Amino acid sequence: MLSYILKRLALTIPVAFGVSIVCFMLVHIAPGDPLTSVLPPDASAQLQAEMRALYGFDRPLPVQYGLWVLKTLQGDLGVSIATGRPVASELGKALGNTLMLAVLATLIGFLFGCLFGFVAGYFRDSWIDRLASFVSIIGVSVPHYWLGMVLVIIFSVQLNWLPATGAGPGGSADWAWDWVHVRHLILPAVTMSVIPMGIIARTVRALVAEILSQEFVSGLRAKGLLDFGVFRHVVKNAAPTALAVMGLQLGYLLGGSILIETVFSWPGTGFLLGQAIFQRDLPLLQGTILVLAMFFVALNLIVDIVQSMLDPRVQRA
Amino acid sequence: MTDPLVEMKDVTVRFHGTRTVHAVNGVNLTLMPGETLSILGESGSGKSVTLKTLLRLLPENRTEIGGEVRVAGADVLSLDGRALANHRGGVVSMIFQDPMLALDPVYTIGDQIAEAVMRHEGISRQAGLARALDMLTRVRIPSPERRMKAYPHEMSGGMRQRAMIALALSCRPKLLLADEPTTALDATVQIQILLLLRELQREFGMAMIFVTHDIGVAVEVSDRIAVMYAGEFVETGTVRQIIREPRHPYTKGLLAANLHGAVKGERLDAIPGAPPALETKPTACSFAPRCLVRQDRCETARPPVVNFDPGRMVRCIHAVEPAMA
Repeated sequence: MLSYILKRLALTIPVAFGVSIVCFMLVHIAPGDPLTSVLPPDASAQLQAEMRALYGFDRPLPVQYGLWVLKTLQGDLGVSIATGRPVASELGKALGNTLMLAVLATLIGFLFGCLFGFVAGYFRDSWIDRLASFVSIIGVSVPHYWLGMVLVIIFSVQLNWLPATGAGPGGSADWAWDWVHVRHLILPAVTMSVIPMGIIARTVRALVAEILSQEFVSGLRAKGLLDFGVFRHVVKNAAPTALAVMGLQLGYLLGGSILIETVFSWPGTGFLLGQAIFQRDLPLLQGTILVLAMFFVALNLIVDIVQSMLDPRVQRA
Repeated sequence: MTDPLVEMKDVTVRFHGTRTVHAVNGVNLTLMPGETLSILGESGSGKSVTLKTLLRLLPENRTEIGGEVRVAGADVLSLDGRALANHRGGVVSMIFQDPMLALDPVYTIGDQIAEAVMRHEGISRQAGLARALDMLTRVRIPSPERRMKAYPHEMSGGMRQRAMIALALSCRPKLLLADEPTTALDATVQIQILLLLRELQREFGMAMIFVTHDIGVAVEVSDRIAVMYAGEFVETGTVRQIIREPRHPYTKGLLAANLHGAVKGERLDAIPGAPPALETKPTACSFAPRCLVRQDRCETARPPVVNFDPGRMVRCIHAVEPAMA
């Protein structure tokens, strides 16, 4: 077990480096000069050159990359061009907000996705299966910013139950676990949970149906287990794959929530990423993408390790 | 005289789906406690289905079972819920053809055996695991303590089948069903498993129904043999009767197609043709299209069932006056 974890851990190092190169390259491939958006249009050529030297944009790309990696490893992601604040602290705050949102959304999605999936898989081809499949297909296919806006119209505008935007009263950025703040979390989390719910429901349905068709289920019935006993075995067989899908979904939600965070003005990484793109804030963009990518790598690692604990066959591979 | 342990009367099994399959068409069977019967037949003849009927393991919503099935006094076809679960594994248990597929891949062997014992005897997990260890020792798995914590994929085929047998016998069933338990194994391991089964059967005093397509295996383990073709028994008798004086042309064909006594360089006498599809209930002799001694009446009416003495039955017009084959 321990050797498997260590081996898996060692494997992530080259992956992380590859990811960092891709992050760096992508940002630099994009056309346009990052400084034009912050400098006044009539800035002198000398000022432009000075600014470029200040941010290190005048050096060759490999050197820039090397310096960036070196600094990143020391926890320094540079300074935002737009705000002049360190990227690390901006990112830290946004990351906390997004993490909260994504984890909650994934948990809600996982719970309902598993529920729908198990019911649909167990009662395959019955009306209840069709209903659950219908709900999960809607979950996967509905545009989420649209759903977010609909929910805002219903629960904020019409019913006035929940706030429409922000992460706290009066746009305050400091989070606290009280009702005043948690209220803000509900609508974006529910909106976001629809994505993993649909995907997990469909995965679990297929899984359960596949497991139930295996011969060992006959074996379990043949030794006299009641329905609940058989169900326990099905759950344990389905768990590794379901958890893997959940981990990947969490990864997607961490980075892929730009639209939802924009709709709800949720001060998370997606929101930050959107800002960085529009302002051509290179250090912020690089840093955000890198950290999100690293999160994804770390999640994959965790999923693999948890999976190997649940499924004894994984360790051999 | 004791009561028979198993009584099947005119059992029919029909599968409904995109097409209907008449898998079993009127099986009659009586088995005394401690007795071993082999059901011999080729793939698709309905032997496994007959076996699974005794445990009601066939998919409920697509299967229509007719006739009467009694095991140890209980009417198997009317069992429900908890009573059915008590019957399965407690009174009748089963060994499957491929233990790799029939054991849960993500539970340890010890857990899987203990689970069955806990379910049927209501004992603690501790006691269940102790029984599991005892069973693994009885099926002579090497270093049983270590195998308790092993997963199915960590063991060899022969060991897995031993574990499967340990599981099946853990609750002291009165009847053991074995569905081609040696087919998926190496030839050398096959013999070990057969010997083990025969020995354990005597030790536990249980009856056994053994499904196989291998005459050699049937002869090795059983007291009686029922030859099955197209969902019905075409001939039943003691091992000696079936081997020495087969009366049904299909039985004769099976014996002739065996490797034992074959002369090197000569072709084996295979039975020509293939078994019927069973989409309709047979109205004539199912074997007639492949039969070497067929007569016109074989294809227009069902052959007579000729009972010589209890347990000796032949379903053929030639049963009484042996045909010149």
